[in-house]
Amino acid sequence: MSDHDHDHHHGHDHSELTETQLRVRALETVLTEKGYVDPAALDLLIETYEKKVGPRNGARVVAKAWADPAYRTRLLKDATPAIAEVGYAGRQGEHIVVLENTPKLHNMVVCTLCSCYPWPVLGLPPVWYKSAPYRSRAVSDPRGVLADFGVTLPKETEIRIWDSTAEIRYLVLPMRPAGTEGWSEEKLADLVTRDSMIGTGRPKSPKDIAK
Amino acid sequence: MNGGQDLGGAHGHGPVKPEPNEPVFHGDWEKRAFALTMAMVMPGGWNLDMSRFARENRPPGEYLSMTYYQIWFAALETMLKERDLVAEDEIAAGHSLHPAKPVKRILSPGDVAKTLHRGGSTERDTNTKAAFKPGDKVRAKNINPLTHTRLPRYVRGHVGTIERIIGCHVFPDSNATGAGENPQWLYTVRFDGHELWGDEGDPTSQVSVDAWEPYLEPA
Repeated sequence: MSDHDHDHHHGHDHSELTETQLRVRALETVLTEKGYVDPAALDLLIETYEKKVGPRNGARVVAKAWADPAYRTRLLKDATPAIAEVGYAGRQGEHIVVLENTPKLHNMVVCTLCSCYPWPVLGLPPVWYKSAPYRSRAVSDPRGVLADFGVTLPKETEIRIWDSTAEIRYLVLPMRPAGTEGWSEEKLADLVTRDSMIGTGRPKSPKDIAK
Repeated sequence: MNGGQDLGGAHGHGPVKPEPNEPVFHGDWEKRAFALTMAMVMPGGWNLDMSRFARENRPPGEYLSMTYYQIWFAALETMLKERDLVAEDEIAAGHSLHPAKPVKRILSPGDVAKTLHRGGSTERDTNTKAAFKPGDKVRAKNINPLTHTRLPRYVRGHVGTIERIIGCHVFPDSNATGAGENPQWLYTVRFDGHELWGDEGDPTSQVSVDAWEPYLEPA
Protein backbone atom coordinates (compact mmCIF):
# COMPACT_ATOMS: atom_id res chain seq x y z
CA MET A 1 0.00 0.00 0.00
CA SER A 2 1.25 3.36 -1.03
CA ASP A 3 2.32 6.09 1.32
CA HIS A 4 1.55 8.69 -1.33
CA ASP A 5 -0.37 10.49 1.38
CA HIS A 6 3.02 11.99 2.11
CA ASP A 7 3.84 12.74 -1.45
CA HIS A 8 0.78 14.65 -2.49
CA HIS A 9 1.95 17.52 -0.36
CA HIS A 10 4.74 17.86 -2.86
CA GLY A 11 2.42 17.78 -5.83
CA HIS A 12 3.33 14.22 -6.79
CA ASP A 13 0.17 12.59 -8.11
CA HIS A 14 -2.05 15.59 -8.26
CA SER A 15 -4.29 14.71 -11.19
CA GLU A 16 -5.11 11.31 -9.71
CA LEU A 17 -6.14 12.87 -6.42
CA THR A 18 -8.22 15.50 -8.14
CA GLU A 19 -10.10 12.68 -9.83
CA THR A 20 -10.62 11.02 -6.43
CA GLN A 21 -11.70 14.31 -4.87
CA LEU A 22 -14.32 14.78 -7.59
CA ARG A 23 -15.65 11.25 -7.22
CA VAL A 24 -15.90 11.54 -3.44
CA ARG A 25 -17.83 14.78 -3.78
CA ALA A 26 -20.09 13.26 -6.45
CA LEU A 27 -20.81 10.17 -4.39
CA GLU A 28 -21.63 12.18 -1.30
CA THR A 29 -24.15 14.20 -3.31
CA VAL A 30 -25.73 11.05 -4.77
CA LEU A 31 -25.97 9.33 -1.39
CA THR A 32 -27.42 12.45 0.22
CA GLU A 33 -30.00 12.93 -2.54
CA LYS A 34 -31.06 9.31 -2.16
CA GLY A 35 -31.48 9.81 1.58
CA TYR A 36 -28.84 7.21 2.52
CA VAL A 37 -26.61 9.62 4.42
CA ASP A 38 -27.23 12.71 6.49
CA PRO A 39 -24.35 15.18 5.92
CA ALA A 40 -24.68 16.35 9.54
CA ALA A 41 -23.87 12.80 10.69
CA LEU A 42 -20.81 12.82 8.42
CA ASP A 43 -19.63 16.07 9.99
CA LEU A 44 -20.03 14.57 13.46
CA LEU A 45 -18.06 11.44 12.51
CA ILE A 46 -15.22 13.59 11.22
CA GLU A 47 -15.27 15.88 14.23
CA THR A 48 -15.19 12.87 16.59
CA TYR A 49 -12.00 11.45 15.11
CA GLU A 50 -10.35 14.81 14.43
CA LYS A 51 -11.01 16.39 17.80
CA LYS A 52 -12.16 13.90 20.43
CA VAL A 53 -10.70 10.45 19.87
CA GLY A 54 -6.92 10.31 19.62
CA PRO A 55 -3.71 9.20 21.33
CA ARG A 56 -4.35 11.55 24.24
CA ASN A 57 -6.96 9.00 25.38
CA GLY A 58 -4.40 6.20 25.43
CA ALA A 59 -1.89 8.47 27.16
CA ARG A 60 -4.35 8.97 30.03
CA VAL A 61 -4.79 5.21 30.35
CA VAL A 62 -1.02 4.64 30.41
CA ALA A 63 -0.43 7.45 32.90
CA LYS A 64 -3.11 6.05 35.19
CA ALA A 65 -1.48 2.61 35.02
CA TRP A 66 1.90 4.16 35.89
CA ALA A 67 0.47 6.07 38.84
CA ASP A 68 -2.00 3.53 40.23
CA PRO A 69 -0.75 -0.05 40.76
CA ALA A 70 -4.27 -1.45 41.34
CA TYR A 71 -5.42 0.07 38.04
CA ARG A 72 -2.36 -1.33 36.27
CA THR A 73 -3.26 -4.82 37.51
CA ARG A 74 -6.85 -4.47 36.28
CA LEU A 75 -5.66 -3.08 32.95
CA LEU A 76 -3.26 -5.93 32.29
CA LYS A 77 -5.79 -8.55 33.38
CA ASP A 78 -8.81 -7.32 31.41
CA ALA A 79 -8.17 -4.12 29.50
CA THR A 80 -11.54 -3.42 27.88
CA PRO A 81 -13.46 -2.75 31.13
CA ALA A 82 -10.42 -1.04 32.70
CA ILE A 83 -10.24 1.35 29.74
CA ALA A 84 -14.02 1.90 29.90
CA GLU A 85 -13.53 3.08 33.50
CA VAL A 86 -11.62 6.04 32.06
CA GLY A 87 -14.44 6.58 29.55
CA TYR A 88 -13.09 5.07 26.35
CA ALA A 89 -14.88 2.27 24.50
CA GLY A 90 -16.52 1.30 21.26
CA ARG A 91 -15.75 0.99 17.58
CA GLN A 92 -12.47 -0.81 16.85
CA GLY A 93 -11.83 -1.22 20.56
CA GLU A 94 -14.41 -3.80 21.52
CA HIS A 95 -11.77 -6.28 22.69
CA ILE A 96 -8.60 -4.56 23.87
CA VAL A 97 -5.52 -6.28 25.29
CA VAL A 98 -2.73 -4.28 26.95
CA LEU A 99 0.87 -5.47 26.55
CA GLU A 100 3.42 -4.53 29.16
CA ASN A 101 6.95 -3.60 28.09
CA THR A 102 9.72 -4.60 30.50
CA PRO A 103 13.51 -4.35 30.33
CA LYS A 104 13.47 -7.92 28.96
CA LEU A 105 10.50 -7.72 26.60
CA HIS A 106 9.51 -5.16 23.99
CA ASN A 107 6.06 -5.38 22.38
CA MET A 108 5.22 -3.98 18.96
CA VAL A 109 1.83 -4.01 17.21
CA VAL A 110 1.06 -4.34 13.51
CA CYS A 111 -1.76 -5.36 11.20
CA THR A 112 -0.12 -7.04 8.22
CA LEU A 113 -3.46 -7.64 6.45
CA CYS A 114 -5.03 -4.20 6.70
CA SER A 115 -4.98 -1.43 9.30
CA CYS A 116 -6.46 -2.78 12.56
CA TYR A 117 -5.74 -0.30 15.35
CA PRO A 118 -7.31 0.48 18.75
CA TRP A 119 -9.36 3.53 17.77
CA PRO A 120 -10.90 4.45 21.16
CA VAL A 121 -7.46 4.88 22.73
CA LEU A 122 -5.26 5.90 19.78
CA GLY A 123 -7.67 7.41 17.24
CA LEU A 124 -7.23 6.66 13.54
CA PRO A 125 -3.90 5.13 12.50
CA PRO A 126 -1.13 7.24 10.95
CA VAL A 127 -0.26 6.66 7.29
CA TRP A 128 2.96 4.77 8.08
CA TYR A 129 1.05 2.20 10.17
CA LYS A 130 -1.09 1.36 7.12
CA SER A 131 1.80 1.47 4.66
CA ALA A 132 3.48 -1.46 2.93
CA PRO A 133 6.94 -0.80 4.46
CA TYR A 134 5.63 -1.18 8.03
CA ARG A 135 3.19 -4.00 7.36
CA SER A 136 5.75 -6.05 5.44
CA ARG A 137 8.76 -5.66 7.72
CA ALA A 138 7.34 -5.39 11.24
CA VAL A 139 6.98 -9.17 11.45
CA SER A 140 10.23 -10.17 9.73
CA ASP A 141 12.65 -7.36 10.60
CA PRO A 142 11.40 -5.67 13.77
CA ARG A 143 14.79 -4.26 14.74
CA GLY A 144 15.18 -2.76 11.28
CA VAL A 145 11.76 -1.14 11.59
CA LEU A 146 12.63 0.21 15.04
CA ALA A 147 15.81 1.67 13.55
CA ASP A 148 13.61 3.58 11.06
CA PHE A 149 12.07 5.20 14.15
CA GLY A 150 15.48 5.85 15.69
CA VAL A 151 14.93 3.22 18.39
CA THR A 152 17.68 0.73 19.30
CA LEU A 153 16.94 -2.00 21.82
CA PRO A 154 19.56 -3.90 23.79
CA LYS A 155 20.60 -7.05 21.91
CA GLU A 156 19.25 -9.33 24.59
CA THR A 157 15.81 -7.72 24.78
CA GLU A 158 13.19 -10.03 23.34
CA ILE A 159 10.84 -8.53 20.78
CA ARG A 160 7.29 -9.69 20.51
CA ILE A 161 5.27 -8.63 17.49
CA TRP A 162 1.49 -8.82 17.69
CA ASP A 163 -0.17 -9.13 14.29
CA SER A 164 -3.77 -7.93 14.73
CA THR A 165 -5.39 -10.53 12.50
CA ALA A 166 -8.71 -10.73 14.41
CA GLU A 167 -10.86 -8.18 16.25
CA ILE A 168 -8.55 -8.02 19.27
CA ARG A 169 -6.88 -4.62 19.47
CA TYR A 170 -3.52 -4.22 21.19
CA LEU A 171 -2.15 -1.30 23.19
CA VAL A 172 1.42 -1.23 24.49
CA LEU A 173 2.03 -0.12 28.07
CA PRO A 174 5.51 1.44 27.79
CA MET A 175 7.97 1.52 30.67
CA ARG A 176 7.61 4.50 32.97
CA PRO A 177 10.47 6.93 32.41
CA ALA A 178 12.99 7.38 35.21
CA GLY A 179 12.87 10.57 37.23
CA THR A 180 9.07 10.79 37.35
CA GLU A 181 8.52 9.65 40.94
CA GLY A 182 5.55 11.38 42.52
CA TRP A 183 4.31 12.93 39.23
CA SER A 184 0.57 13.44 38.76
CA GLU A 185 -1.31 11.43 36.13
CA GLU A 186 -1.83 14.60 34.13
CA LYS A 187 1.89 15.33 34.04
CA LEU A 188 2.78 11.70 33.29
CA ALA A 189 0.34 11.68 30.35
CA ASP A 190 2.41 14.42 28.68
CA LEU A 191 5.27 11.92 28.40
CA VAL A 192 3.25 9.26 26.60
CA THR A 193 3.63 9.34 22.83
CA ARG A 194 1.43 7.60 20.29
CA ASP A 195 4.35 5.56 18.97
CA SER A 196 5.25 4.37 22.47
CA MET A 197 1.77 2.81 22.66
CA ILE A 198 2.25 1.05 19.29
CA GLY A 199 5.72 -0.15 20.25
CA THR A 200 7.68 1.86 17.68
CA GLY A 201 8.82 4.54 20.09
CA ARG A 202 9.64 5.35 23.67
CA PRO A 203 7.85 7.75 26.00
CA LYS A 204 9.43 11.16 26.36
CA SER A 205 11.76 11.73 29.29
CA PRO A 206 11.32 14.54 31.87
CA LYS A 207 14.23 16.26 30.07
CA ASP A 208 12.38 16.16 26.72
CA ILE A 209 9.40 18.07 28.01
CA ALA A 210 11.51 20.50 30.04
CA LYS A 211 13.02 21.78 26.78
CA MET B 1 -7.24 -14.31 -0.86
CA ASN B 2 -3.52 -14.24 -1.59
CA GLY B 3 -3.71 -10.59 -2.61
CA GLY B 4 -1.70 -7.41 -2.36
CA GLN B 5 -2.99 -6.83 1.17
CA ASP B 6 -1.17 -9.85 2.64
CA LEU B 7 2.12 -8.06 3.17
CA GLY B 8 3.84 -9.79 6.10
CA GLY B 9 7.44 -10.66 5.17
CA ALA B 10 7.40 -9.04 1.73
CA HIS B 11 10.60 -7.34 0.55
CA GLY B 12 11.34 -4.21 -1.43
CA HIS B 13 8.89 -1.76 0.11
CA GLY B 14 11.66 0.37 1.58
CA PRO B 15 11.95 2.05 4.95
CA VAL B 16 9.08 3.20 7.14
CA LYS B 17 8.68 6.94 6.79
CA PRO B 18 6.87 8.46 9.77
CA GLU B 19 5.46 11.92 9.05
CA PRO B 20 6.20 14.46 11.80
CA ASN B 21 3.06 16.08 13.24
CA GLU B 22 0.86 14.10 10.90
CA PRO B 23 -2.71 15.40 10.67
CA VAL B 24 -5.60 12.96 11.21
CA PHE B 25 -6.70 13.47 7.60
CA HIS B 26 -4.76 14.70 4.58
CA GLY B 27 -7.27 16.92 2.86
CA ASP B 28 -11.01 17.25 2.87
CA TRP B 29 -11.73 14.33 0.54
CA GLU B 30 -10.18 11.87 3.02
CA LYS B 31 -12.52 13.14 5.74
CA ARG B 32 -15.56 12.70 3.53
CA ALA B 33 -14.44 9.27 2.23
CA PHE B 34 -13.90 8.10 5.81
CA ALA B 35 -17.24 9.41 7.04
CA LEU B 36 -19.17 8.04 4.05
CA THR B 37 -17.63 4.62 4.64
CA MET B 38 -18.61 4.70 8.30
CA ALA B 39 -22.11 6.07 7.69
CA MET B 40 -23.00 3.65 4.89
CA VAL B 41 -22.48 0.48 6.95
CA MET B 42 -25.99 0.70 8.41
CA PRO B 43 -27.99 1.43 5.23
CA GLY B 44 -25.62 -0.66 3.08
CA GLY B 45 -26.17 -3.74 5.20
CA TRP B 46 -22.67 -5.14 4.78
CA ASN B 47 -20.34 -6.27 7.56
CA LEU B 48 -16.70 -5.50 8.36
CA ASP B 49 -15.38 -8.66 6.69
CA MET B 50 -17.26 -7.90 3.47
CA SER B 51 -15.70 -4.41 3.53
CA ARG B 52 -12.24 -5.85 4.02
CA PHE B 53 -12.71 -8.21 1.09
CA ALA B 54 -13.96 -5.36 -1.11
CA ARG B 55 -10.77 -3.45 -0.25
CA GLU B 56 -8.30 -6.26 -0.88
CA ASN B 57 -10.03 -7.76 -3.92
CA ARG B 58 -8.11 -5.94 -6.64
CA PRO B 59 -4.86 -6.51 -8.58
CA PRO B 60 -1.91 -6.27 -6.16
CA GLY B 61 -0.25 -3.58 -8.29
CA GLU B 62 -3.34 -1.47 -8.00
CA TYR B 63 -3.68 -2.11 -4.25
CA LEU B 64 -0.08 -1.12 -3.61
CA SER B 65 -0.24 2.07 -5.66
CA MET B 66 -3.39 3.41 -4.00
CA THR B 67 -3.48 5.40 -0.77
CA TYR B 68 -5.41 4.05 2.19
CA TYR B 69 -8.48 6.20 1.74
CA GLN B 70 -8.46 5.63 -2.02
CA ILE B 71 -8.77 1.91 -1.24
CA TRP B 72 -11.56 2.57 1.25
CA PHE B 73 -13.40 4.72 -1.22
CA ALA B 74 -13.01 2.27 -4.12
CA ALA B 75 -14.38 -0.50 -1.88
CA LEU B 76 -17.32 1.68 -0.88
CA GLU B 77 -18.15 2.30 -4.55
CA THR B 78 -17.89 -1.44 -5.27
CA MET B 79 -20.21 -2.43 -2.44
CA LEU B 80 -22.76 0.24 -3.33
CA LYS B 81 -22.82 -0.84 -6.98
CA GLU B 82 -23.01 -4.56 -6.14
CA ARG B 83 -26.15 -3.85 -4.14
CA ASP B 84 -27.65 -1.51 -6.76
CA LEU B 85 -27.67 1.35 -4.26
CA VAL B 86 -25.72 3.59 -6.64
CA ALA B 87 -24.94 3.32 -10.37
CA GLU B 88 -21.85 4.50 -12.23
CA ASP B 89 -23.86 6.98 -14.33
CA GLU B 90 -24.95 8.67 -11.08
CA ILE B 91 -21.37 9.09 -9.84
CA ALA B 92 -20.40 10.44 -13.27
CA ALA B 93 -23.32 12.89 -13.23
CA GLY B 94 -22.83 13.80 -9.56
CA HIS B 95 -26.56 13.39 -8.96
CA SER B 96 -29.11 10.72 -8.20
CA LEU B 97 -30.68 9.59 -11.50
CA HIS B 98 -32.60 6.51 -10.36
CA PRO B 99 -35.12 5.94 -7.58
CA ALA B 100 -33.56 5.19 -4.20
CA LYS B 101 -33.81 1.60 -3.00
CA PRO B 102 -35.46 1.30 0.39
CA VAL B 103 -32.92 0.79 3.20
CA LYS B 104 -33.57 -0.31 6.77
CA ARG B 105 -31.98 2.59 8.61
CA ILE B 106 -29.63 5.46 8.10
CA LEU B 107 -27.18 6.97 10.56
CA SER B 108 -28.74 10.08 12.08
CA PRO B 109 -26.61 12.75 13.78
CA GLY B 110 -28.22 11.79 17.08
CA ASP B 111 -27.05 8.19 16.68
CA VAL B 112 -23.39 8.88 15.94
CA ALA B 113 -22.00 9.01 19.49
CA LYS B 114 -24.12 6.06 20.64
CA THR B 115 -23.23 3.90 17.66
CA LEU B 116 -19.50 4.57 17.97
CA HIS B 117 -19.54 3.99 21.73
CA ARG B 118 -21.45 0.73 21.40
CA GLY B 119 -19.14 -0.64 18.70
CA GLY B 120 -19.72 -4.19 17.51
CA SER B 121 -18.44 -7.03 19.64
CA THR B 122 -17.51 -10.10 17.61
CA GLU B 123 -17.64 -12.47 20.59
CA ARG B 124 -20.48 -15.02 20.52
CA ASP B 125 -21.89 -17.59 22.91
CA THR B 126 -21.14 -21.21 22.15
CA ASN B 127 -21.79 -24.63 23.58
CA THR B 128 -18.75 -26.13 21.86
CA LYS B 129 -15.46 -26.74 23.63
CA ALA B 130 -12.17 -25.24 22.50
CA ALA B 131 -10.06 -27.93 20.83
CA PHE B 132 -6.74 -26.45 21.97
CA LYS B 133 -5.36 -25.20 25.24
CA PRO B 134 -2.45 -22.92 26.13
CA GLY B 135 0.88 -24.65 25.49
CA ASP B 136 -0.43 -26.88 22.70
CA LYS B 137 1.68 -27.04 19.57
CA VAL B 138 -0.32 -26.28 16.44
CA ARG B 139 0.40 -25.93 12.75
CA ALA B 140 -1.24 -23.16 10.74
CA LYS B 141 -2.93 -24.95 7.88
CA ASN B 142 -1.84 -24.46 4.31
CA ILE B 143 -5.03 -22.88 3.04
CA ASN B 144 -5.31 -20.69 -0.06
CA PRO B 145 -8.92 -19.55 -0.39
CA LEU B 146 -9.85 -17.19 -3.21
CA THR B 147 -12.17 -15.46 -0.76
CA HIS B 148 -11.44 -13.45 2.41
CA THR B 149 -9.32 -15.03 5.12
CA ARG B 150 -7.40 -13.67 8.11
CA LEU B 151 -4.64 -16.28 8.17
CA PRO B 152 -1.62 -14.48 6.70
CA ARG B 153 0.56 -16.39 4.23
CA TYR B 154 3.72 -15.99 6.30
CA VAL B 155 2.45 -18.33 9.04
CA ARG B 156 0.83 -20.99 6.85
CA GLY B 157 2.49 -24.37 7.28
CA HIS B 158 4.43 -23.19 10.34
CA VAL B 159 4.29 -24.57 13.87
CA GLY B 160 3.47 -22.32 16.79
CA THR B 161 2.23 -22.50 20.35
CA ILE B 162 -1.23 -21.68 21.64
CA GLU B 163 -0.68 -18.83 24.07
CA ARG B 164 -4.23 -17.86 24.95
CA ILE B 165 -7.81 -18.89 24.27
CA ILE B 166 -9.46 -15.60 23.38
CA GLY B 167 -13.06 -16.76 23.08
CA CYS B 168 -15.56 -17.70 20.42
CA HIS B 169 -15.69 -15.06 17.67
CA VAL B 170 -17.38 -14.43 14.33
CA PHE B 171 -15.45 -16.31 11.63
CA PRO B 172 -14.40 -13.82 8.91
CA ASP B 173 -14.02 -16.45 6.19
CA SER B 174 -17.78 -17.18 6.44
CA ASN B 175 -18.94 -13.70 7.36
CA ALA B 176 -17.22 -12.09 4.36
CA THR B 177 -19.09 -14.22 1.82
CA GLY B 178 -22.52 -13.76 3.40
CA ALA B 179 -22.48 -17.36 4.67
CA GLY B 180 -23.23 -16.23 8.21
CA GLU B 181 -21.20 -15.56 11.32
CA ASN B 182 -20.32 -19.22 11.96
CA PRO B 183 -18.53 -18.36 15.26
CA GLN B 184 -15.35 -20.31 16.00
CA TRP B 185 -12.85 -20.49 18.84
CA LEU B 186 -10.13 -17.90 18.50
CA TYR B 187 -6.58 -18.23 19.85
CA THR B 188 -3.41 -16.20 20.12
CA VAL B 189 -0.75 -18.36 18.48
CA ARG B 190 2.91 -17.52 18.97
CA PHE B 191 5.67 -18.39 16.49
CA ASP B 192 9.45 -18.14 16.88
CA GLY B 193 11.17 -15.78 14.47
CA HIS B 194 13.42 -18.61 13.36
CA GLU B 195 10.45 -20.89 12.58
CA LEU B 196 8.93 -18.23 10.32
CA TRP B 197 12.01 -16.73 8.67
CA GLY B 198 14.76 -19.35 9.03
CA ASP B 199 18.30 -18.12 9.47
CA GLU B 200 17.30 -14.65 8.33
CA GLY B 201 14.92 -14.39 11.29
CA ASP B 202 15.77 -12.39 14.40
CA PRO B 203 16.43 -15.06 17.06
CA THR B 204 15.17 -12.70 19.77
CA SER B 205 11.82 -12.14 18.05
CA GLN B 206 8.50 -13.87 18.36
CA VAL B 207 5.41 -13.12 16.32
CA SER B 208 1.83 -13.90 17.19
CA VAL B 209 -1.34 -13.94 15.16
CA ASP B 210 -4.89 -14.38 16.35
CA ALA B 211 -6.15 -17.48 14.59
CA TRP B 212 -9.53 -19.19 14.49
CA GLU B 213 -9.72 -22.91 15.14
CA PRO B 214 -10.44 -23.88 11.49
CA TYR B 215 -7.01 -22.39 10.60
CA LEU B 216 -5.17 -24.75 12.95
CA GLU B 217 -4.29 -28.41 13.27
CA PRO B 218 -2.42 -30.27 16.04
CA ALA B 219 1.33 -30.47 15.46
